[in-house]
Amino acid sequence: MLLIHCPYCREARPEIEFSYAGEAHIARPADPSVLSDEAWRDFLFIRSNPRGTHYERWRHTHGCARFFNAVRDTVSDKFLMTYEAGRPRPSEAEIEEHRS
Amino acid sequence: MLRLAMLPDCARFVLRIAPADMAAAGQVFGLALPEAIGAVAEADGRLALKLGPDEWRLHAAESDGAEIAARFAAELGTTPHSLVDISHREIGIEVSGTAALDVLTALCPLDLAARPVGSGTRTVFDRVEAVVLRQAENQFRLEVWQSFAPFLYSLLEIVGQEVEAGL
Ligand SMILES: [Zn+2]
Repeated sequence: MLLIHCPYCREARPEIEFSYAGEAHIARPADPSVLSDEAWRDFLFIRSNPRGTHYERWRHTHGCARFFNAVRDTVSDKFLMTYEAGRPRPSEAEIEEHRS
Repeated sequence: MLRLAMLPDCARFVLRIAPADMAAAGQVFGLALPEAIGAVAEADGRLALKLGPDEWRLHAAESDGAEIAARFAAELGTTPHSLVDISHREIGIEVSGTAALDVLTALCPLDLAARPVGSGTRTVFDRVEAVVLRQAENQFRLEVWQSFAPFLYSLLEIVGQEVEAGL
């Protein structure tokens, strides 16, 4: 079983306590009614699906119950780092620091 | 040796409040709320466990429940918070004895042995969510939703028998 570091509990916890919640840093449009159908579709469904570094949301459902963000390598499946919701995307340097 | 017991009813609340207002909430509850996630405060039959950044679990004697709810409404009426009575949503199960840790570990992926006495957390026991409090080296209190309690209790009994048989 994977251990995931929760930035709120500040400890590594078993994967089964967590749920995945899609790609991170996708801002909901402030006024959806002015969007074209294409723009609304892109917001709802179009994701970056990268090979490698992926920014994603997770929730520590059966722990502190908080949503937070994670950087995960989609090739190795390894979590590179996790950080609190609301914080900006960490820089490459910051991620490198955690990679080791 | 394993001892299992369904605990008597008590008053239980989920308190959500901004950390900046936790001192005021502690005064209303009559017990200073713990600051760190996982920490427990306990005195005079009242218990507070911090479960998340702004979430506390409060326990008190069953007969004190109504008064606690009324005090929060009266004294924190203008402070944004939520106090939800979950007294009858959950059942307490006490798991104690020399086999307690082995039995619980069989059902739980979290390293319970590493959790200090006097701490608590929410986690999962065989897919059932529960709050677990470590009250002594070999004494744990599980708080589980009513509908899951018979399942978890019988599972604890079965695993207890297996541990005692040396399986
Ligand atoms: Zn957490």
